[in-house]
Formats: sequence, C-alpha cells, structure tokens
Amino acid sequence: MADSKDFIASIDSNAKKSPRRIVFITRRTSVQVKAETEDQLQTFPEVLFRAAVTVMVLAVGLVWIALMFNAPLEGIADPSHTPNPAKAPWYFLGLQEMLHYFPPVVAGVLAPGLVVMALIVIPYFKVNIEADGLFLKSRQKRLRTFYVIASALSLFLLLFKVYAALVPTLIMAGVMLLAAHSSPQSPSAFRRYLAARPLSYWVMTWFLFELVVLTAIGTFFRGPGWSFVWPWQGS
Amino acid sequence: MAKTVDQYFDDLRGTRVWRSIFRSGTGSSTLKRALAIQQNVFLHLFSTKVRRRMLSFSATWYLGTLTLGTFLILVATGIPLMFYYHPSVPQAYADTKDLQFVVSSGMFLRNLHRWSAHAMVFLVFAHMFKVFYRGAYRTPREFNWVIGVILLLMTLLLSYTGYLLPWDQLAYWAITVGSNIASAVPVMGEKIHFLLLGGNAVNANALLRFYVLHCMILPLAALFFVAIHFWRIRKDGGLYAHASEPATVRDNANRSAPAAKETK
Repeated sequence: MADSKDFIASIDSNAKKSPRRIVFITRRTSVQVKAETEDQLQTFPEVLFRAAVTVMVLAVGLVWIALMFNAPLEGIADPSHTPNPAKAPWYFLGLQEMLHYFPPVVAGVLAPGLVVMALIVIPYFKVNIEADGLFLKSRQKRLRTFYVIASALSLFLLLFKVYAALVPTLIMAGVMLLAAHSSPQSPSAFRRYLAARPLSYWVMTWFLFELVVLTAIGTFFRGPGWSFVWPWQGS
Repeated sequence: MAKTVDQYFDDLRGTRVWRSIFRSGTGSSTLKRALAIQQNVFLHLFSTKVRRRMLSFSATWYLGTLTLGTFLILVATGIPLMFYYHPSVPQAYADTKDLQFVVSSGMFLRNLHRWSAHAMVFLVFAHMFKVFYRGAYRTPREFNWVIGVILLLMTLLLSYTGYLLPWDQLAYWAITVGSNIASAVPVMGEKIHFLLLGGNAVNANALLRFYVLHCMILPLAALFFVAIHFWRIRKDGGLYAHASEPATVRDNANRSAPAAKETK
C-alpha cells in the first residue's frame, strides 16, 4: 500500500438531523463496512419468547384481578335521574376537575387540544432534542425567564383559585430552583441529576405531575356538587 | 433410543404440510431464524435481531409489549362478550345483567375485559412517558412518536365508547358528562355533539354508534396503526439505545470528532 490509509473516514456528526453514519470512501475498489459488534439477540426465538412470557405474566395478573374484583354495574340508565356527582371515566377526571375552574371551551376544548398538539410536536423542536441541563448555559438569563414564567403561571392559577394545580406548580418550581443552584460537579448524585435535566424534562414532568394530581383529586376527593370530600367519606 | 421433544418438533417442522404453511425452512441456524421473522407476514414487522441491552427490563419496562398484551386480551374477551350483547335499549342492560348472573363465566369475561381496558389506558400513558424520558422520540423516530400519540387517542376513544355499552347509570352519565364537552367547541359544538350521539342526548342511537365504533371501526383502525408503529421501530433502526449506535462505532466517532457530543 502506498498510503498508510487507503480510505477516508468522514462522519456526519449532526446527529440531531440524521442518525450518525460513518462513510468510508475508498480510493480503491471495495467499500469497507464497519461491522456492528454490539451483542444482539435473534428475534426468533429469544425476543418472541420474552414477549410471550411478558404477556403471560400480564394475563395471569389480570385474570387474578378479574377473579377478585367485580366490574361495577349500577341500575339501568335513567335520563331523568342524575347521580351526584356524575363522573366521567377516570382518565378524563383530570379534565373534569379543570372544568370545575374554567369555562368548558377552555378546560374541555382548548386545554386538551393544546396538550395533544404539544405532544405531537415534541420531536420536531430542537429544544426537545438538546440534552443539556436547563441552567447550565446563560444561567442568569434563563433564571430570569424561569422566574417570569413560573410566577405568571402561579399568579394565573391563584387568580382562578385552582389550588389543585397551583400546589404541584409551586413544588415543581421549587425543584427547578434547586436544579438551578446545583452544579454538575456537586458531590450529591441527586443534585448532579437535577443539574443535568433539560427544559423538555421539566415541562413534561410538570405536566405528568399535574395530570396525576388532578386525576387523583377528581377520582378520590370529589363528592356531591363536586365538593371536596375525603375518599373514606363515601358519596 | 427415545426421541426428545425437540426432535419431534423438528420432525413436525419438516413435514410437507408444515413446509407448505411456513415459508422458512427447518433448522436453528442464524439464517433460518432470521428467515422465520422475515418470511412471515406478521413477524416481518419486527427486526430479525435486537440489541441485548434493549431487552433488559430497565430499558423499556416492557411497557409496549404489555400494552399489546392488554389489547390481545381485550380482543379475546371482547368477541365472546359480543355474542351475548345486543346494542339496543333496554336490551343492552338486560344482556349485561345476564352476563353477570346467567352466562357461564360471563362475570369473569366482563371483569377481565373491563380491568384490561383500564390497564391498557394506564399502560399506554406509562409507555408514552417512558419513551419520553428515554428521549426515544429523537430523529429518526419522530413520526413513530406521532403514531404513538394517535394510538393514545384511539385507546382513550376505545375505552370511552366501551364505557357506554353496559347501559347502566354509571355508563349513561359518564358519557353524558364527556360528550357535553364536545358542545363547548366554538361554532360547530352542537353539530359535533349531535353527530357523536346521533341525537341531542345520549339515547339508543348513541348506543348503536358507540357499539359500531367500539367493536369494529376503532379496533381495526388501532390495529392498522399498531402495525405501522411496530414496522417503524424496525425501519427506524430498532429500539432506541442511548446513542443509537453500537458502543464501538460511537467510541470511534468521538475519537475522530471531539466536537460531537452524545456521550455523557
């Protein structure tokens, strides 16, 4: 060989736009391919076997639940007799809880519509692809923006007396402040973890927190006239 | 010497009938195992190989597989439930009562269907959040994430339409509360509400519509999108590993391009 290398290796390093590929451009005839060396299992039979076991374990669990607990069945549907409270299925009770505070067009149409839109566009925004800690770059500016958004949101929820959503928001804001004052070199593993969380993580976690809290309140803590009750008080 | 079970299986897979049904031949070589996936209309949605580390429980918690499992259980229990059910008022309620007290194992069927439905909604949400926190929506998997969101909505619709079918107070008022939200849509809210229910209130027409959607349209549509969802996993390079490439390639890349960040 005349050259020490008989090919040029170049890398498309923009992994955000395209999966990283290594291209070998040979100066001679054949193309060299880097073989994948990572340990792989064959789908048939290993992976299918695992999937089958997973589904079987699930089936055993659900059959057990089905044998132990009976599905509810109330009296025949009666349009002239409204139960109090009339509750939607549990996964919509977060929405129904929002309906308690906001007009239907906001809580029933705008909010869920925006949530679905936001979920769909997640992968198409660069800010969600970046994996850098939120407060690691231009810290002061981002901290200021955070203060403005967090206090505006809290004030908004306070004005509408949405305490059920306000408390998770304040807790999240507190954790984010802790993250802002955590360094990636911190001796505490938890602080290091917080410092490395990107913006998308905080937004989604806030959403998850609100979803769980509102759904739980709608399911367990709402009685006649959508008043607050303890779960053990019954309805 | 007695044959082992494996040998019996091998004999079975060598028979003319078996070979006429399954396109891949016998044998346990890597090639034959790959063909068993590639040459099967259902299994070819999956890749022939999977990275070992993606099969660890912590990587996915098996949430996608579990969601598929609940869907299969729901189909398997839903079909026998359909045998005993008429989507008409008030027969629907009487049929549900019969399922509880007359049909053999009817109670069990209905319980399993209902709890599996709740489990599916929960698992779909869990799957979505798990995928999000792993960052598995990143290029080139954006569209599969979108299909996942569509499947989430379909799951909610499937559960919601099924909720009305027992035609008891719980069903009736839950659907009334839910469908009233549709009326809040500006301008065409009332029209959408009417279209959804086939009337101005939840009635026999709504029951029939929800039945058709629940048993026919939505399951078929969900199946369609599930097929794309699985197929896209393969086309997009398998389940999302941390940096999407095998460790050795990634290390080489970092050595020659220090600017590229991806390792943590």
